[in-house]
Amino acid sequence: MTGADLPLWAAWLVSVLAVTGAAFSLTGAIGLVRLKTFYERVHAPTLGATLGMALILCGSMLLLSMLEGRLVLRDALIGLFLTVTTPVTLLLLARAAAHRDRHEGNPDAPPKP
Amino acid sequence: MNAASVLDGGLGLAQGALVLAMALAAWRMLRGPRAQDRILGLDTLYLNGMLAIVVHGMRTGSGLYFEAALIIGMIGFTATVALAKFLMQGEVIQ
Amino acid sequence: MRAALPYPLLSAALALTWLLLNAPPTPGQLVLALLVGLAIPHVMRALRPRSVRLRAPGRLARLGIIVLYDMLRSNIDVARVILGLRRGTRRTGFVAIPLDLREPFGITILAIILTATPGTLWVQYDSDTGRLLMHVLDLTDGDAWVRRVKDRYERPLMEIFA
Repeated sequence: MTGADLPLWAAWLVSVLAVTGAAFSLTGAIGLVRLKTFYERVHAPTLGATLGMALILCGSMLLLSMLEGRLVLRDALIGLFLTVTTPVTLLLLARAAAHRDRHEGNPDAPPKP
Repeated sequence: MNAASVLDGGLGLAQGALVLAMALAAWRMLRGPRAQDRILGLDTLYLNGMLAIVVHGMRTGSGLYFEAALIIGMIGFTATVALAKFLMQGEVIQ
Repeated sequence: MRAALPYPLLSAALALTWLLLNAPPTPGQLVLALLVGLAIPHVMRALRPRSVRLRAPGRLARLGIIVLYDMLRSNIDVARVILGLRRGTRRTGFVAIPLDLREPFGITILAIILTATPGTLWVQYDSDTGRLLMHVLDLTDGDAWVRRVKDRYERPLMEIFA
């Protein structure tokens, strides 16, 4: 079992970070189910991709640094990568949806900029 | 309460929340109603799956899962971009 | 100097990434990181990336802090909307913003900021008219959003990228 020789405060801190991050991510997924229109739903996964991801990765870096006894920062690479890519996917998806809605003459279609 | 049981409980809870998030995203992916909703569901599924792997790596205390998480993130990005481009133009590579 | 290191920032970033991936750094890994940092940027030449001129690095740091704070706050706001904790009626809709920013890098960073902040989504930008179409989850006051984007993000970006 991991963390047997970890100080108690670090175990609590890592747990709180991971649970809060996972809760934000779960809230985003709930939004994906609960919100009514597509353009509202696009906002929901951003929750997991920003704060949820950041909190979980901070917890992971803290835990691995404590366990290995040196600074482990490579999880920050996942964070950097996600921060750059998530806007690209959401932006492309929103544009594709706008294009389709306009093409079909949907009443929900976004106006021309 | 010792450190190991605190860590195990907290990380287990986080894993449960992420698996639930994956299930909700999968529901949106299967339910639709339109293609863009399904792609959004798939993207969320990838994201939460990646986070679940990171938490699993924390639970086992090994750094081996880092590469898996990074690769899932990259494949998820490529897949979503390709699908979104397909929606927009009907073809992936021009 | 320019021939050996066409993109010094890219070289440094690549070498640092290599070291982060292969931590803890050993002398062999340091040599490999140096090689990666020297070799890969030459491949990038074929893509002809435009060079960036940063005028005010200090403002960049301040913008980063503003964005981090806004991201935290809007995460909580959007979570409240999703969980039904927000009181009152909520309107959602599109906002059109006339942008004065024309620098491609500045616009890219603005797109990343707006999309990565939960609650706002960049939908379309028309480079001819310079108008941006944005979707806002909690649109109580459209003008407030226009002012927020222009004051908080656009003006610093225009100062940073000349």
